[in-house]
Amino acid sequence: MFYREAGDFKTSYQEDNQTFPIKFDRYRYYAVLFVAFAVIPFMINDYWVNAIFLPFLIYSIAAIGLNILVGYTGQVSLGTGGFMAVGAYAVYKLMTAFPEVSILIHVVLAGGITAIVGMLFGLPSLRIKGFYLAVATLAAQFFLVWLFNRVPWFYNYSASGQISAPERTVAGIPVTGANTEAWAPYLVCLVFVTLSALIARNLTRGAVGRRWMAIRDMDIAAEIIGVNPLTAKLTAFGVSSFFVGIAGALFFAVYLGAVEVGEAFGINKSFLVLFMIIIGGLGSIFGSFAGAAFLVLLPVFLKNVLVGTLGWPTDLAAHLEFMIVGGLIITFLIAEPHGLAQLWRVAKEKLRLWPFPY
Amino acid sequence: MSDTLIFSMEVFLNGLMAGVLYALVALGFVLIYKASGIFNYAQGVMALFAALTLVGIMDGQVPFSHLINAALGTDIHHFGWHVPAFIGIILSMGVMVILAWIVQKVIFRHLVGQEPIILFMATIGLAYFMEGLGDIMWGSDIKKLDVGLPQGINIAIDEATYGIFGYGFFIDNLDIVATIIAALLVGVLVIFSQYTKQGRAMRAVADDHQAALSVGINLNFIWVMVWSVAGFVALVAGIMWGTKSGVQFSLSLIALKALPVLMLGGFTSIPGAIVGGLIIGVGEKMFEFLIGPMIGGATENWFAYVLALIFLVFRPQGLFGEKIIERV
Repeated sequence: MFYREAGDFKTSYQEDNQTFPIKFDRYRYYAVLFVAFAVIPFMINDYWVNAIFLPFLIYSIAAIGLNILVGYTGQVSLGTGGFMAVGAYAVYKLMTAFPEVSILIHVVLAGGITAIVGMLFGLPSLRIKGFYLAVATLAAQFFLVWLFNRVPWFYNYSASGQISAPERTVAGIPVTGANTEAWAPYLVCLVFVTLSALIARNLTRGAVGRRWMAIRDMDIAAEIIGVNPLTAKLTAFGVSSFFVGIAGALFFAVYLGAVEVGEAFGINKSFLVLFMIIIGGLGSIFGSFAGAAFLVLLPVFLKNVLVGTLGWPTDLAAHLEFMIVGGLIITFLIAEPHGLAQLWRVAKEKLRLWPFPY
Repeated sequence: MSDTLIFSMEVFLNGLMAGVLYALVALGFVLIYKASGIFNYAQGVMALFAALTLVGIMDGQVPFSHLINAALGTDIHHFGWHVPAFIGIILSMGVMVILAWIVQKVIFRHLVGQEPIILFMATIGLAYFMEGLGDIMWGSDIKKLDVGLPQGINIAIDEATYGIFGYGFFIDNLDIVATIIAALLVGVLVIFSQYTKQGRAMRAVADDHQAALSVGINLNFIWVMVWSVAGFVALVAGIMWGTKSGVQFSLSLIALKALPVLMLGGFTSIPGAIVGGLIIGVGEKMFEFLIGPMIGGATENWFAYVLALIFLVFRPQGLFGEKIIERV
């Protein structure tokens, strides 16, 4: 009824190959972009930005990055927190060393540095597989966090051991530091999210993405049909870490402003992002967004309902959140291993036929 | 004899003792992995949960009192009785068996035949769930666990080494007890898996699910049993660590300590878990003692992982693990 492709005829390969071949999808996508870029910035205040929009956007980038590695290439990584820390500290060092260069360039460079580090820690993936690899990536997590904690050069010898973002502007408007308007950091993150999603989507449906998926489905078979596991795995680690690094850089510079590495980028962060892509859907860009939105909104929702409405103590709400998240992970793995993205696909399939049975 | 060498010897011994505790946790992992192919990340949280339950039962706490108080506005905390340690341990074991049964019935029965990595992620979910459950059931404050194990410096070793080296070694009594218990536990487990009917059935399931099923072994029963045994190992580990450093959230992090042990020793080998535990225990203490001060200290967090990682690159199945054979 609402969702039709009848009459949507393609007359060229280009049309057939576009990201959203169905007109309805395409317009919805434009509408979402329009609302995100042109409506929301005028409506939000500090609370909405800091509690919901910034974490959602930043975690979306991280989830897209991890999804490339776990969902598309099948290499489970538990080192996301560590790689986000690399992005954060890279952008901090760059910001303080080259104050005159734009922060946007720094964020991208931080992503590049993280990509190199990620490829370095991805090297063992050529020898180790499955959860041996998952455990091995924990080495990256612990080592990197320790490194940023213990080597004073990384935090510019500050007494507290913390790093805090100095004020930087884009086109004269402050986007980091204390004097930001609510919409400015939001727009910066939104631009990065849009670009990341676009790049990731096109990479995953192109030749590179097919190689990744071939490695995921069966690495030996992929090797036999001519996929080079070395380049496929390392590019996956590189691209994934690039996005994760950007997320870490934004997380530190734009969202938090000041971080202590063990607290902000600990092992829990790794699990959080992993949970996002499990709940959202492994191997789906939309799923990364859905998962990030879900796990950002859940604590806010629980806090409002349990603490705000029922008046329960906060620690109880926090424990309940643990139980609910854990239970959801298990439920999703059992009932719908492809996550929210699959539910969305099923819903679309239903809507295409509704109200007819077939 | 130089001071450094004597100190090193003391650090070495303490490392061995710490290694035994790591091995104890790692054992639980190996058991479940061997029998069901599940890599149970929740093992550490199970140890925490077991210890919390033991303390709760011994102190006569009302389970979920925090939740009940918040929801109903009541104010209940304790039943007002104290249970002796021995009965408390048995009751806790009962709770762990029930838990094993629920875990098998509700979760892993539905995931049979899934890829190992999916199972692994399910256990991470389970770990989160149990972490929340433990806190809600028994409260999240740090608790003291005392089941009557000896603690403090061992005077005999202190005096003996003072006589030999002119410097008394500090060895905790608890560590010695832990070592003995770990050795006993391993012995019992080996006897159980080699000589009892259930143990043999367990090994058969580990070898081949289908074949085990076709000779009439009840898979569900075996898996519940395996999770119960892992729960028992978790209880022992929980008692040891809980006595050592109090029952608190950080107890669940011993799982993270046990992972490199497993990688080093191989996921499928009980001797591997023990040898791996000792290597990691000694390695990280010695590294921290000899090289730590030069590079900023607190290397214990990552040393084990990096060691295991480097090791795995050369021997992907670990020291004693079965060779990984892949077929297309």
